[in-house]
Amino acid sequence: MMKKLLSAAALLASSLAMAAGPTIPLDKAPIDLTDKASLQNGAKLFQNYCLGCHQMQYQRYSRTFRDLDIPEDVGMANLMFTGEKVGDHITNNMSGKDGEKWFGATPPDLTNVARVRGPDWLYTYLRSFYADPSRPFGVNNDVFPMVGMPHVLQELQGLPYKAYETRLVDGESKQVYVGIKTDGTGELSTEEYDRAVADLVNYLEYVGEPTKLESRELGVKVMVFLLIFFVLAYLLKKEYWRDVH
Amino acid sequence: MFKNLMSWIEYRLPFMDKMNLHVMQYPAPKNFNFWYFFGSLAILVLVNQILTGIWLTMNYVPSAEGAFASIEYIMRDVEYGWLLRYMHSTGASAFFVVVYLHMLRGMMYGSYQKPRELLWIFGMLIFLVLMAEAFMGYLLPWGQMSFWGAQVIIGIFGTIPFIGEDLTLWIRGDYVISGATLNRFFALHVIALPLVLVILVFLHIMALHEVGSNNPDGIEIKRDNDGSVEQTDADTKFTFHQYFTRGGKKVIVDAIPFHPYYTVKDLVGVAGFLLVFAWVIFFFPEGGGFFLEPPNFEAANPLKTPEHIAPVWYFTPFYAILRAIPHPFMGAVAMFAAILALALLPWLDRGKVRSVRYRSGLHKVNLVNFCISFVALGILGVLPATPTYTLLSQLFSFTYFGFFVLLFFYSKNEATKPLPVRVT
Amino acid sequence: MSNAPVDQGRRRFLTIATSVVGGVGAVGAAVPFIASWNPSEKAKQAGAAVSADISKLEPGQLIRVEWRGKPVWIVKRPQAMLDALANHEDKLRDPESAVAQQPAYAQNRYRSKKPEIFVAVGICTHLGCSPTYLPSDFSAQVEGVTSGFFCPCHGSKFDMAGRVFQSVPAPSNLMVPPYMYIDDNTILIGEDEGAA
Repeated sequence: MMKKLLSAAALLASSLAMAAGPTIPLDKAPIDLTDKASLQNGAKLFQNYCLGCHQMQYQRYSRTFRDLDIPEDVGMANLMFTGEKVGDHITNNMSGKDGEKWFGATPPDLTNVARVRGPDWLYTYLRSFYADPSRPFGVNNDVFPMVGMPHVLQELQGLPYKAYETRLVDGESKQVYVGIKTDGTGELSTEEYDRAVADLVNYLEYVGEPTKLESRELGVKVMVFLLIFFVLAYLLKKEYWRDVH
Repeated sequence: MFKNLMSWIEYRLPFMDKMNLHVMQYPAPKNFNFWYFFGSLAILVLVNQILTGIWLTMNYVPSAEGAFASIEYIMRDVEYGWLLRYMHSTGASAFFVVVYLHMLRGMMYGSYQKPRELLWIFGMLIFLVLMAEAFMGYLLPWGQMSFWGAQVIIGIFGTIPFIGEDLTLWIRGDYVISGATLNRFFALHVIALPLVLVILVFLHIMALHEVGSNNPDGIEIKRDNDGSVEQTDADTKFTFHQYFTRGGKKVIVDAIPFHPYYTVKDLVGVAGFLLVFAWVIFFFPEGGGFFLEPPNFEAANPLKTPEHIAPVWYFTPFYAILRAIPHPFMGAVAMFAAILALALLPWLDRGKVRSVRYRSGLHKVNLVNFCISFVALGILGVLPATPTYTLLSQLFSFTYFGFFVLLFFYSKNEATKPLPVRVT
Repeated sequence: MSNAPVDQGRRRFLTIATSVVGGVGAVGAAVPFIASWNPSEKAKQAGAAVSADISKLEPGQLIRVEWRGKPVWIVKRPQAMLDALANHEDKLRDPESAVAQQPAYAQNRYRSKKPEIFVAVGICTHLGCSPTYLPSDFSAQVEGVTSGFFCPCHGSKFDMAGRVFQSVPAPSNLMVPPYMYIDDNTILIGEDEGAA
């Protein structure tokens, strides 16, 4: 038992030391929760590219439809593929065991992924795949090295690769890494792909906290009310304290 | 008719008399400053925690299988469930903010000194129970940080020689943190500890009203009625409960009745507090990752350790002391001693002057040293334990304990300023 | 201490204003606590309307559909059954369906939208047992009536429109839930045109 604890402590220490943060700087995700068109496109991308492996087991279709202004019949026809009910959670039929067998780890549930990782991480991650023949799916990722996930958006982005240019550095010509480029076989241009990823991240951000807009709206009202109450309470205090001062 | 009913009740249960005694005609020094808001605010937060807690219990499922999903159910499916949960989670952090400031107030104005030692001890007990309450509550969402944070803290008990191993097993009720642990923590969190907390708060207030409130000048407002006390018009203007004047044996100076003067003043404090509280709840419920830690949005997984485990911010000063000592058990002892030292303040401080206003420059510097050490330890407890940070933790642990040691020695013959006769 | 006279009017006004605003705040703060007791999204989705396929329903056949945890009967009544409904109205407690146990569109002799399709909550209005469907043996219960529903718990009797007979414990006719036809072969139970 003692040994177990000590090893847990050692594990803790090593994990604390590892918490150095992401390996590359993250790009700011250009997302906007009030942009319904972006959210709808994000939902469509999620249903088509992510749901095969990842679930949103705490989010209901009906909630997504209501919050994103998608009429139920339109949503059912375009976003639901396997005959679920509109009140069902957004799940798939892949068992965790299969996931582990195919990808080395169970694909995580994505309901709260934006709250765990943050939108910037997701936005950068989905744009940081690059060709790496040594990996089982032929791609690696700069944000999440050795990730077990294939590049499911390759159909949209094309095959990304790490581009190098020959440049003169201090009088010597050197190969300099200039970023990730695509071979152009995707359906989307680079700008369009970035936009699509932003839409998807926007949707993930929404699903992480569907009440966020409602919360802000109510929050403004509450703050205004409290401010009025504060002023009144302050005046009342001053009035009574004239007896004392 | 109504009057008859009231007097019928009053005869059997002197409700109005007690209200007069403890609220309406409680003599409070007239020079309370904003530091005195935090006592009433702590009660407000306690009420908030109890109410939102009861309401969360209505939908929470205390089982390893259902806990995480039930939190998501509260956040998504229950009407206003998200608000009740954020009020509770933010309330936990607010509780510690308020209590830490309340304690600092007591330290600045020497509110722990004779005759308020027991009052201070009750306060420290409240603080201890509050920490246990917060720790057990944090396991309930059954997220990654819930699980691994509890793992680390229960592990502290495992460092106790000879019994540690059996003790941790007993606390968990299993070989790992499991549903058994969750269920007992749930029972303690929702019933046992709140009950103890409410009783302790009651005793804390009773003890306060028995000895009377201290004030920023640290001088007594209740004097012996031997004719030596000069009373101004202001002193005779208000009536206080005869309990406090001991039937005329005492004279109360520079005091005002708690109601309406401090009820309206505390109302300003409440409004100000609620503005900040609501701002966090509605706009930053995660508190920048300090009130709700990001890994806790992922369900507990005993096979996968999060990259970085840090206890919630309010534990980090003590956690940093724990980590500063290389020997695990000695670290735990130091952490416990850090809290015990606070509890022993009434006896470690041998000074006769209470308020920092009239104490020596050395004491002022020492108090600043305490604040800096405490905050620095709090920051270091969040950061990963690199060699530099560990060294810094050791340094600030040293200065933290140094506060108490220094205080013990210089307070005996301290060069204090003369106390005013009346509060300023 | 100021010796200026206290402005009682101002004091009273501020006290009342603060109390009123504080009271409004307290009521506002109570809203989430009260609202959280409403049926949650989960309960609403579980209680959502259910659709039933009636294309394969044979004349005289009864099928059961679960709606909000209760059995809902759908019966296809042949013409003979419908005709017989007029013959025993003197033995019924509420032949005109005066008691609001049905939506307005089902307040007729057949207690249904389309006469041949009968939809009702299959729970006795007495104490909540589920009555038995007797398509041809009901005359043992009420002389001269071929088919009906008989509750085994306390002997309540209903005709093929769910109307209760006299001198039985059940006080009122069987409940008809709101429903609508999505098309000729599909019924949606729990929702009607008014609510949709």
